[in-house]
Amino acid sequence: MDILGIPIQALMGQLMLGIVNGSFYAVLSLGLAIIFGVLKIVNFAHGAFFMVGAFTAFLLAQYMGANYWMTLLLAPLLVALFGMAFEFLFLRRLYGLDPIYGLLLTFSLVLVLEGGFRVAFGSSGQPFATPELLRGTINLGFMILPLYRGFVIVAALVLCLATWYVIERTSLGANLRAATERSELTQAFGVNVPRLITLTYGVGVGLAAFAGVLAAPIFHVNPAMGSSLVIIIFAVVVIGGLGSIMGAIVTGLGLGVVEGFTRVFYSEFSSTIVFLVMVLVLLLRPAGLFGREEG
Amino acid sequence: MPAKNSLKTLVVSSAVLSLGGLSSAMASNGFSDDVVRIGVLTDMSGIYTDLSGEAAVEAVRMAVEDFGGEVGGVPIEVIHGDHRNRADTGASRAREWYDNDGVDMINDLSNSGVALAVAAVADERQRHAISNSASNIGLTNDYCSPYVTHYTYDAYSLAQGTGKTIVEDGGDTWFFLTVDFAFGIGLEEQVSEVVREAGGQVVGAARHPLDTTDFSSYALQAQASGAEIIGIASTGADAINAINALAEFGVSPDQRPAALLLWYDDIVSLGLDTAQGLMLTNAFYWDANDETREFSQRFYERTGRMPNMAHAGNYSSTMHYLNAVEAAGSDDPDAVSEKMRELEINDFFASGGYIRPNGRMVHDQYLWEVKSPDESEYDYDFLRLVNTIPGEEAFQPLEKSTCHLLNGNGCPAIRARPWPGTSLHSSLAL
Repeated sequence: MDILGIPIQALMGQLMLGIVNGSFYAVLSLGLAIIFGVLKIVNFAHGAFFMVGAFTAFLLAQYMGANYWMTLLLAPLLVALFGMAFEFLFLRRLYGLDPIYGLLLTFSLVLVLEGGFRVAFGSSGQPFATPELLRGTINLGFMILPLYRGFVIVAALVLCLATWYVIERTSLGANLRAATERSELTQAFGVNVPRLITLTYGVGVGLAAFAGVLAAPIFHVNPAMGSSLVIIIFAVVVIGGLGSIMGAIVTGLGLGVVEGFTRVFYSEFSSTIVFLVMVLVLLLRPAGLFGREEG
Repeated sequence: MPAKNSLKTLVVSSAVLSLGGLSSAMASNGFSDDVVRIGVLTDMSGIYTDLSGEAAVEAVRMAVEDFGGEVGGVPIEVIHGDHRNRADTGASRAREWYDNDGVDMINDLSNSGVALAVAAVADERQRHAISNSASNIGLTNDYCSPYVTHYTYDAYSLAQGTGKTIVEDGGDTWFFLTVDFAFGIGLEEQVSEVVREAGGQVVGAARHPLDTTDFSSYALQAQASGAEIIGIASTGADAINAINALAEFGVSPDQRPAALLLWYDDIVSLGLDTAQGLMLTNAFYWDANDETREFSQRFYERTGRMPNMAHAGNYSSTMHYLNAVEAAGSDDPDAVSEKMRELEINDFFASGGYIRPNGRMVHDQYLWEVKSPDESEYDYDFLRLVNTIPGEEAFQPLEKSTCHLLNGNGCPAIRARPWPGTSLHSSLAL
């Protein structure tokens, strides 16, 4: 059976790959949405932290002999610590100022990080082996799916849902949401809001690094790997609704699928389709699909 | 009053005399501004940094040092700049260099889009440009110029090397994964022509943007096409990601990938496990003979990496340009252009190489195969020679070139100047 001249099997294959890519978008945009929701900072360095996550995993594996599972745990933690230090030392000074300052600071961090890694490791990238356990493929009937890509979907979904649960269903999440809405009042109740904000930035950055480690065996680990993604991630967050957690997750997956299908029908347009969707959504729902209109 | 007048006359006449003296000094040594300045316009920060970049600048510096640092009694200076893989940035930097900074020759020119744009500027400003890293054969066809040289390789030589060998080996249905700009499209066209001429068939192509990270959906399309050969018409990080995706999705046993422009650095990055068995057409390999090893060792000591064919081409073409300047006794672009086409190139890079009227440097090309990890005996021991393609076969026959400098039979023709009536020297002075 064909749809528009494309066999249905091929379309199912692209759907599956779209979900894999969407999983990356979901984890990355989730981190970005959390940071924007709480800090009101447009974290332009999100793609760079994704790249640093992949490189940290590469370095841990290369020089300390860490296996993949250790890197999946350690790299996001290390990058989160780095992110928290960055928030504590620099970003903190910009709260309350025009958002453009935050954007400029985080953008400058991108240039420093990407430039630094390019000087140290070159632009061609470093190979990163797929873990032994996840090598091989599964035959889904309509396509042969590499086992690792299947793992990416599961890992990303588990992480996204866990993050959503913590924010929406636990007391820590309640404090966080309270701090977002009424930060002074929350502080009056004895919650250490500045520490909560540092922690939030760390979690957002850690999510980006986690996605970076997930991506390392699929994409070559190279300094530019985040910069091509970050623009799409911003579009995802805007489409989902700025600061909306569920919006980021659902939109991330959805746009991955839309992009995948575009590659089949009109490949040259695949890098543009996300932005076309963004324009349409903003025209019809200026607050995004899951965002709340203010005021 | 007479005293004042005579003072005025004295000042004016001494000024005139000193100016006259200056201009006669410039004319007598034949060098426009008492320095030969070479600009290396390359990708310093993007996807092609490893293929050209800082190491390309170093290769040109090595050539200048080996030449002795001066030519015809004037010093040689090397400057460099980043074109950021944008044709407009490259063209405006070239204009600035030629017009304001007295650059006599621009070298490297990675990225075909940039190279074509700079070639147009070089032709307009009548200054030299040499491309070592770009592949588009437009440089020796519609964009040809007496001042533009295409030195190391081109899409035609890649098609004649990798493409032809694979078709002759029985791989006659092709599907292309092509990067969507001048380089990829040009390469796809050249290889398609070779495939069709040999009786093969091109069943389809997927075009992807430059700097694509995820090739999985293209890998699926390639699988579904049923073609025997998946031709990868991209290079650098794009080609690496494409090869990885094809390996990950395990293209079926009767399909195999053919990387149409694989650089030495790409193999380092891919690792022999993934890259083994791939064929590549390269004009240079560090471990080919004693001369290449000697150069490569020196290059390695300075840059920490083995040179690829563009790095070697940057060195060789700079040497050739300087030899031509020395032989001409001037940096006058026309005199140098004539000498560049007259002198033969014999060094570690090329033997009996020469430059055709359309700017194509003709020299042998080599088809290599990537060794398996077991076959590789020492560091950087990656390639095995499969075939030598003589220069005359490797490059587009002159009669096929659409270069306006030729009269259609491959013979040099009288060139129509962009601004008729503008003399060479007056436009140079501008």
